[in-house]
Amino acid sequence: MSGWLVAGGGGGPVIPNFGKPNGCLKNNGWFCADWVREHWGDILQPALVQHIELTLIAVGIGFGASFLLALVGFRFRVFDLPLGAATDFLYTIPSIAFFQLLVPLTGLTVTTIEIALISYTLFVFYRNIVTGLRGVPAEVLESARGMGFTRRQTFWRVELPLAMPVILAGVRVATVSTIAIATVGAYFLYYGLGGPIFDALGQPDIFRTELVAAGALAILLALAADALIALLQRVLTPWSRIR
Amino acid sequence: MLASLFVDTFRFIGDNPGLLLHKAEETAELAFTALGIGLAIALPIGLWLGHRHQGLTIALGVSTFARALPSVVLLGLGIAILGVGFRNLTVALVVLAVPPLLTNSYVAVEGADRDAVEAGRGMGLTETQILARVELPLGLPFILAGIRIAAVFVIATATLAGIFGGGGLGDIMANQVEYGLDGVLAAALCVAALALLTAAALGVAQRAAFRRMAPSA
Repeated sequence: MSGWLVAGGGGGPVIPNFGKPNGCLKNNGWFCADWVREHWGDILQPALVQHIELTLIAVGIGFGASFLLALVGFRFRVFDLPLGAATDFLYTIPSIAFFQLLVPLTGLTVTTIEIALISYTLFVFYRNIVTGLRGVPAEVLESARGMGFTRRQTFWRVELPLAMPVILAGVRVATVSTIAIATVGAYFLYYGLGGPIFDALGQPDIFRTELVAAGALAILLALAADALIALLQRVLTPWSRIR
Repeated sequence: MLASLFVDTFRFIGDNPGLLLHKAEETAELAFTALGIGLAIALPIGLWLGHRHQGLTIALGVSTFARALPSVVLLGLGIAILGVGFRNLTVALVVLAVPPLLTNSYVAVEGADRDAVEAGRGMGLTETQILARVELPLGLPFILAGIRIAAVFVIATATLAGIFGGGGLGDIMANQVEYGLDGVLAAALCVAALALLTAAALGVAQRAAFRRMAPSA
């Protein structure tokens, strides 16, 4: 078991067939551009697309579910503590165990990965949405009432827009961490960028180029998503730009 | 089926308390060593940068990058460069622990009430004294919050180290064949308990720090 974990073995690592062997691959170099170019189409790009899909679905459903839960926790304070504790608890379940627990129920499918990912987003989303809504100053609510706003109008026109910066900050954190955590799913099912990453880690002496290439893609994807949502934040909440 | 799994899980815990405790100790040792080293590195840097009101971009950039870095990749790189073993996994975990600690200690000190800092300066305190006696106590809740985030983060990843032969509770989780699903769930509950207990302990400290800050409230 631990044999393949010995890095830089002196006995000359045997590199399996990764396509045309060249010097870089024989030496198990950190980044063999030839390999990346050759396998962009059949390994890296599909994995990247799958990863984006995984993330979008998890963040989308996670946000929707959290929004409903947060509304309950916000309107009825009694539910806030148990809901918050439940999302805390889900977040502390280690991902490898979570996937294994779901497998008997949903099988070795993408659904299994999605359920775990969605559960993890609840932790960030729920807290941020409730905190954002609670953070609306009492004077503002008072003046909204004074202007004759109904409860629903107050929510959509005052509370939600004012909570937006905090909510979007949550979207940022949740998206970036989902992209990172989604790689673990490939421990069970070759899907997303975790696929090539675990493939590389499973090779004797670790296939460095594949690890670095797929890992870098995951990091770049997360950073790109972060920048994109930051931009969205500025467009949607121009009033918070002063800070 | 689920109900019987839970029964089996608690039976597993009852039958193997020694094993679970031993593995939990391994995980805790790895996680807390990394957390300690991370604190020793990140705290002084974060506090000093925050005190100087410099390096916001660095502090925030580091934390974003760390969040974007998948733990699997980090552990994999650590193993590819250094190999497995307690010391090497600790290094990888330190890399993970530093960013939230750095960012939070920076923000904690940076955001300290400027009037209070000015008052301290007016009283003739040196810069180090201002940091130690004014900014640090004011920012303590945020620093503790950072330690809490880092602790949960590091415990979760220390578990993941098990699938790379790093031992600890992750070892059980990566071996369903040997320990069964009940064993996996039992180990997961131990990890959750470890994380929640650590978070709770730091949460208590955080609340105490807040109360000390505002004794009248």
